[in-house]
Amino acid sequence: MALKIIVCAKQVPDTNEVKIDPVKNTLIREGVPSILNHDDANALEEALKIKDQYPDTHITVVTMGPPQAKDLLIECMAMGADEGILLSDRALGGSDTWATSNAIAAAVNKIGDYDLIFAGRQAIDGDTAQVGPQVAEKLGLPQVTYVKEFSINGKEVTVKRALEDGYELIKIQLPCVLTAIKELNTPRYMSIGGIYDAVKADIKVWGAKELELDLNTVGLEASPTNVFRSFTPAPKGKGIMLDKDTVEENAHALLEMLQEKYIIA
Amino acid sequence: MNFQLTKEQEFVRKMVRKFAETEVEPIAADIDKEHRFPTETVEKMARYGLLGVPIPKEYGGAGGDNVSYAITVEELSRVCGSTGVICSAHTSLCGWPLLAYGTEEQKQKYLVPIAKGEKLGAFGLTEPNAGTDAGGQQTRAVDKGDHWELNGAKVFITNGGYADVFIVMAMTDKSKGTRGGISSFIVEKDFEGFSIGKTEDKMGICASSTTELVFQNCIVPKENLLGQVGEGFKIAMSTLDGGRIGIASQALGIAQGAFDVTVEYMKSRKQFGKSLNKYQALQFEMAEMRTRIEAARLLIYNAANMKDNHLKYGPYSAMAKLYAAETAMYVTTKAVQFHGGYGYIKDYPVERMMRDAKITEIYEGTSEVQKMVIAADIFGK
Repeated sequence: MALKIIVCAKQVPDTNEVKIDPVKNTLIREGVPSILNHDDANALEEALKIKDQYPDTHITVVTMGPPQAKDLLIECMAMGADEGILLSDRALGGSDTWATSNAIAAAVNKIGDYDLIFAGRQAIDGDTAQVGPQVAEKLGLPQVTYVKEFSINGKEVTVKRALEDGYELIKIQLPCVLTAIKELNTPRYMSIGGIYDAVKADIKVWGAKELELDLNTVGLEASPTNVFRSFTPAPKGKGIMLDKDTVEENAHALLEMLQEKYIIA
Repeated sequence: MNFQLTKEQEFVRKMVRKFAETEVEPIAADIDKEHRFPTETVEKMARYGLLGVPIPKEYGGAGGDNVSYAITVEELSRVCGSTGVICSAHTSLCGWPLLAYGTEEQKQKYLVPIAKGEKLGAFGLTEPNAGTDAGGQQTRAVDKGDHWELNGAKVFITNGGYADVFIVMAMTDKSKGTRGGISSFIVEKDFEGFSIGKTEDKMGICASSTTELVFQNCIVPKENLLGQVGEGFKIAMSTLDGGRIGIASQALGIAQGAFDVTVEYMKSRKQFGKSLNKYQALQFEMAEMRTRIEAARLLIYNAANMKDNHLKYGPYSAMAKLYAAETAMYVTTKAVQFHGGYGYIKDYPVERMMRDAKITEIYEGTSEVQKMVIAADIFGK
């Protein structure tokens, strides 16, 4: 089996103390070291595990960003990806998730030959979890998000999709789009030999022209999203644990509490 | 003149630092306390190419340069001096002489698995009565027609208890003395008549294995002579020239590790109403430490870069090793002092780092021997 896999990855700032531009409400990226987004590393790792099993598998990593995002592609190739493509163009700058997924979908179409698209669930800078699903929609592909377990058998993929209180077991046919979460695997490191190959590798850079994009669909102006406020979500409380002696007593206590809060009559 | 690291070297640092902080640092205190050789770490280092950094890809290595190799040992040693020397002895003292002096058959048979890290390497020169004075070798190799027979013993052999392949020096013709009388052999751990002797109980680098090697009518195949008969001293000395880059990098890493830990400690430790980093006397000491660390780093990378460019780097690796080792002792001693009582107990890593630092002034040529090498370059031998 020789699969062709496209992994979508993003270079993100490596800090928990990112500052936010008070005027534009976007992140200030200057001076902050960049890393491969965590969930995207999980997506790449799963693709690499497929390649470990089926060495003819070809992995292409696609990222969109400024010229220095090439470093992310070098890192991905040093981990074992075969090819890196950078979508970089002033015309793409400031794209929100909708505009970004337009560009990535165009890149996927330009690549043309693929069986599987793996992305991370979400990026730690934007936290939207929208780009992967939007790419799937724009390509007309089936998708499963929050993948925490993956197996493949011919053209059929079986995944566990994480839910807050359990998981869904889903079978899906290739080609499809999957988004990975950290429970899926532990990403490998770059290898020293891989670094030496990757730095020398030819990295394609595609702009709006190469992608044949309508300029009304990419970039800041074309982005329908306006960030009006950024905030740190309050951590969820631990909840209330009922630990009476019997199930009946617990049920009774629960009913009382729900009634007190007027959730049930 | 360009003092910037290449893109490859920057990525190597990034990779090894992450590897070291994730895989090595969490167990460093435990393996030191238990005197336990970290076999699991060695396997992981092999997987990611850390055991063959400067060996060409065609021989199973990572195809990197010697600066990347120095960075690798430095970053491992920054969190664990024992792990650093496992990598250094394996790569510099076994991989390199195989690469430089091995026949194509020897390279295929021994260098490839060494560079891939499938097998671990070691180097046997030192004897109870012959350290730097290699001419005092008592281990003898006799040509028995269809094989060599080795008799004698080696001491203080790094990786001894866990290595599969040993580069061993032995006297083949005492009448010719040091130059011309010593030859090098490739010995496998399972060769008849070869065994591992006592394991040393050391002050520092306690997770590394340091043992005796014992040869009792040890049978070494003819084809396992490394280089020519009588070339052993040259092979040993040129190997140690490169090995000093590895040990200098280990010393640098230990110094940097102790420095980094101390910076964090000083920010959090409050005495007399303010944190330690607010005291100018201590700031100045830290400035001195950092300056010495940076100077050591430049000496090392320069020697490694000279080696990559096939320049005569021997005196420069000696200077790098001399200075880095003394810097490691200087910085770790200060680091313990700055931690006060906490520096003397094993809850903080600086106690281990100070013990680990001391050996860098001793092995692969003491600081005094480095001065002999440097002086010989000034005045001739």
